Parts: sequence; C-alpha cells; structure tokens
Amino acid sequence: MSSPVSETAAEPLVAGAPAEPHERTGSVLTSLMRLHSRGEWVLIGLLVVLGVIVIPGLNLLPADSALHFPDYLIPLLGKFMCYALVALAVDLIWGYAGILSLGHGVFFALGGYAMGMYLMRAIGTEGVYRSELPDFMVFLDWKELPWYWYGFSNFGFALGMALFVPGILAYIFGFFAFRSRIRGVYFSIITQAMTYALMLLFFRNDTGFGGNNGLTDFKRLLGFSLQAPTTKLGLYVTSVVVLALAYLTCRYLVTSKLGRVLMAVRDAESRLMFCGYNPHSYKLFLWTLSAMLCGLAGALYVPQVGIINPSEMQPANSIEMAIWVAVGGRGTLSGALLGAFLVNGVKSWCTAALPYLWLYILGALFIVVTLFLPRGVAGLLRWPARAQTDETRG
Amino acid sequence: MKQGDSRRTWDSQMKRDMPEETIDQGGSPAMAHVVQPGLDTSHGVILYVENVTVSFDGLKALNELTLYLNAGELRCLIGPNGAGKTTLLDVITGKTRPDTGTVFFGNNLDLTQLSEYDIALAGIGRKFQRPTVFHGHTVSENLELAMQANKKVWHSLLARLSRQQRERIASTAETIGLIEQLSTRAGLLSHGQKQWLELGMLLIQDPQLLLVDEPVAGMTHQETDRTAELLISLAGKHTVVVVEHDMEFVRSLARTVTVLHEGSVLAEGSMEEVQSDPRVVEVYLGA
Repeated sequence: MSSPVSETAAEPLVAGAPAEPHERTGSVLTSLMRLHSRGEWVLIGLLVVLGVIVIPGLNLLPADSALHFPDYLIPLLGKFMCYALVALAVDLIWGYAGILSLGHGVFFALGGYAMGMYLMRAIGTEGVYRSELPDFMVFLDWKELPWYWYGFSNFGFALGMALFVPGILAYIFGFFAFRSRIRGVYFSIITQAMTYALMLLFFRNDTGFGGNNGLTDFKRLLGFSLQAPTTKLGLYVTSVVVLALAYLTCRYLVTSKLGRVLMAVRDAESRLMFCGYNPHSYKLFLWTLSAMLCGLAGALYVPQVGIINPSEMQPANSIEMAIWVAVGGRGTLSGALLGAFLVNGVKSWCTAALPYLWLYILGALFIVVTLFLPRGVAGLLRWPARAQTDETRG
Repeated sequence: MKQGDSRRTWDSQMKRDMPEETIDQGGSPAMAHVVQPGLDTSHGVILYVENVTVSFDGLKALNELTLYLNAGELRCLIGPNGAGKTTLLDVITGKTRPDTGTVFFGNNLDLTQLSEYDIALAGIGRKFQRPTVFHGHTVSENLELAMQANKKVWHSLLARLSRQQRERIASTAETIGLIEQLSTRAGLLSHGQKQWLELGMLLIQDPQLLLVDEPVAGMTHQETDRTAELLISLAGKHTVVVVEHDMEFVRSLARTVTVLHEGSVLAEGSMEEVQSDPRVVEVYLGA
C-alpha cells in the first residue's frame, strides 16, 4: 500500500511556501482519488460498471437471447454481495486491528431480523390468518404486538435499527471486553459464546421473533413485490452500490491516520499507549463500525433470500465468515471481497454438484490456505501491493 | 529539508522542535524550559516517587523506594539485574500500579491514578529496553504517530499532516540519522536504527520527562557516542532518566547516578562518589 504520508513526506519542504489551509480545503474528489492509484480506480470502475450496468442489462434482454443473464442468478449474486460486505467488515477488524471476531454472524443476523420485522409488518393482513399480527404471533395465540415490534412497519426505522441494534450490542460488548484488555484467542472465544447465546435466545418462541422458523413468507418491500424479477434486480443493484460505497469508506478509514493507529494497535499496542493513544477507544470505534456494516449486510440479505432464522447465528457461520477473509487475504480489504466471492462461489457450485463433500472441501481449503498461502489469494496476486509489509510481521 | 542544514547542532534543532510557549516561558532559570501549562514544578522537582513498594508473588521488586527528580536534570539509574530499574519505569508510566506509596508528576499529577496513555499525554515518554517500533509502518509514519497531536479517534479520522508537521518529521528524522529512510518500513531497519527511531519517536512526542531504558544496547561505538551527545543535549530542556548497564556509557554522560539494589535506593551522587561508596562496590561494581 502506498501510504499518503510517505508520498507527501517526499515533497520538497520549502519554508514559507504558501497555504497550508489550501491543502485542508482540498476537494472531496482529490482526497477520494488519493485512496487508489489510477490503475486501481479503473479496475474498480470496470467492476462497478459490470455489476450495475452490464449484468442487469444482459438480464433485461429477452429470455431467448443467447446473451440473456438468467433470473435465478440475480438473487444469488445479490447474496454474494452481502457476504462480501460481511467479509469487508470482518477484515476491517481482523486484518487492521488484529481482533479476530468469531461472532459477526450475530450482527449480520440482527440486521437481518430488523429488516425481516419490517417485511413481516409489510405483509399486512395478507398472511395465512388474515390478521394484522404476523402469522407466528397468531399461531402462538398472542393478542397484541410486543412493544419491541413497534415502529417496524416504518422502513426507515427498520433500516436504522438494522444498523443501530448491532452497533449498540457491539459497543456494549466491546466496551467491557476491551476495557478488561481481553485479547487474542480469548476475545475470539467470547464472541463465539455471544453468538451461541443469542442463537439460543432467538430459538425460543417466547423471545418474539418467530422462534425456530424465524421470519419468512415476505410479500413486498416498499410496495414492490419481492417475487417480481425487477425487484430482485433492484435489490441486487442496491447491494452492489452499497458494497462499493462501503469498500470506499473502509479504504478511506484504513488509509487515514486512524488506520495507521489501528495497525499500530495490531503491531505494538503497548508502544502506542506510551505514545498517548487510548487503544481501547480506537478498537471500540472500529469494532462498532464493523458490526454496523454487518447489520447492513444482513438487512440487504434478508429480502433477497426471503427468510431469516436463528441458524444464521450458528457459531459455524461466524467461523465461515473468518474463513472467507483468511482465504482472500486479510488486511487488504480487496482480498476479503475476493475471498467471499471465491468461497461462496465454490460453495454454491459444490452444494449443488457434490453436496456431501462441501464441508470437507471447505476444511481442505482452509488448511491449504493456512499452510501455503498465509496471505491468502490476494497475497498470491499481490493485489494491492501490500504484500511486502507482512514479511516482518512474523 | 536541504542537506546543508544537517550540520546544525543538536541544541538548535531541539529548540526548533520545542513548542513556542515552552521555550520562551519565564520563571526561575533552572527550569525555564521544562514547565508546561498545567504542570506545577514550582518546587523545582518534576517527579516525586515516595515509599513505593511493588511486590510480585511476595517478591518485593520495589521496596519503600523514594526518589526525586529535579526539573531539567539528567539522571542515570544503575543497579544489578533485578534491582527494580525497569519496574520503577513501569510504575512511573502506569504499566504497574504500586502496592503502597505515591508517585507525583510535578506537584499536582498523581500518576498512580492515570492510565498509560494519559500519563503519556501528560508529558512522560518512554523508550523500551527492547526497541519497540511499529514495524509495519514506515519511519515517517512511526514519527507521525508519535508526534504531539490530538490523539482522539475522531480527530485521527480527519487528520492530515500540515506543512509544519511534515517539516518536523523531516527534521527529527535528520536528528536521528534516518532522513534517507523516511519511506522505509521500520521492520527492515537494523537493530541500532530501530533504537534511534524509538529515540526519534520520543523526541517528536516532546515529553517533559523522558525515561530511556538501555538506549545503547546493540549500538556501535559511534552510535553510542552520538546517543550520549543527544541525551546530554536534551537535559536542561527536558528531564531525562537513563537506565543503563554500560558503565562506560554512564560515565560518558557524567551526571547524577542513582544506584538501585533490591528495590531501594542504595546510593546517589556523581559517578566518582558512587563508585567509591563501599556498599555499592560490594553489591555491584566490585562484583
């Protein structure tokens, strides 16, 4: 990674040269351009054009055309975008601050539940029981909506909650964990415990989120039928755009001074403290942000797959998320995206073609990457050229 | 930075590196340069360590230790292994909490109540025994992170280096002889260069009290001499504590020496006085 500092430090330092305020007011565009080299920007541009224009364009061709992009692949790709967003969130906290979370499935699921609650409310009286209440509540013989379901008939509120609830959970969890200086494998184990505990909680019917079956049978989103191919296409395009924006935000973060402080947390935390930084607040910031990105991914995911249930909180799911990042190459962001697409692509193909072998293949993949590709596939491609940094990390 | 400037003396360079208000501040001449707003050193003493005891599993690493540091002095701490030198630095920097006793920075800051980072922000810098730098970062980035600035999260999110800050980084890199390595990752530096980088990080952090743990371990003779020169130039404007095993080096600093033994101060004075003290000879130098 070419850091802004090393570039700027090489500039001639002429005393009395004009206008430091000038640099400060540099346009948004200039600071945006600084995130990547020209070649990388072209690549990103091409990928976004491919995702947002080419694929939808081919999908809209008549079904008998040779170039037609099949409808069934659209929600699948949309799902991959959500997984990639999760991988981005995991890489942010693992690759840059050295905190391995094995509980990001919880944040993903909570975001998904928030959106699912909106979708349940949007069913209105079209459910099986023709009731104002969601079907599962009628089934449980509940007479009125629990208080925590209030407001979820509003899309904006639900979307806000999809960010806020994972964020607040992460904040509280992180506040105590970081303040108690829980690190490394201990932290990872506690996140596993957290996801397991919440899964058990959500499995209970009394919790009020549909228990075992979760939330499903959604009808429409903002008035658009979820069964319509155009809605699916719209959701997919939204996912691509959100993923691109999230990537740029993360890229900005890791190339800012904040990113450098976080990498210093990873490499020499005590040194950083003696430089006057409070590493706990930096970790807490990144951890909370990462959880919120995951929540957003969950909110995009649920309308595309049509269901959310507690199995999303299985400890194994969270571990799989870490595997995406490990396979792609941590500490690169782009590697995390690559890993998410790669592993899930193989998984989709495998679970259809060789369903019994999938878990063995996943395990083998993880072992191969750990043994032969410590920097993941991105390290193999050396893209971006951050690779040298890791040699001395040991 | 032009190459020609590199022959400036330590002194003028350090002066440039000091924030304006600390240089021109009035007050009694003995500590004219060390006083920063907020820190009260009106009695001429910058650090009070009184009756500090630290025990690990019953073993007393520090035993009723009492030590005062005058503002602006250069103090060497020596003593055999296990005398409690590093533990003392840990207590001052908040890494270890004393079981009993008090540690005050100036007249008003109780260090036993502050966290490591608050102590660093209050103006105490530390160099570790083993050189500790951010090896994934370049020399320039290492210095940037150490530099005085608002170190809160939201500020770091938007921080951009100003021209003055970049000049400051360049001049510090020149002081520590790493101007050519600004864009080199710290992990690739030699052991001695890492030592220098960590010293540079201390300089740019500009603390009033510098705690330097074995600064010349792994350095060549020339590097050792340069380090001594640098530390001497710092004294007066900063208060410097040097922990060192290398007696030659301590002698070259030629300042007040405090000998620790079994967690307490055994002797204090000039190198000659200390060396001729029979108790010191017995436990340490004569051995």
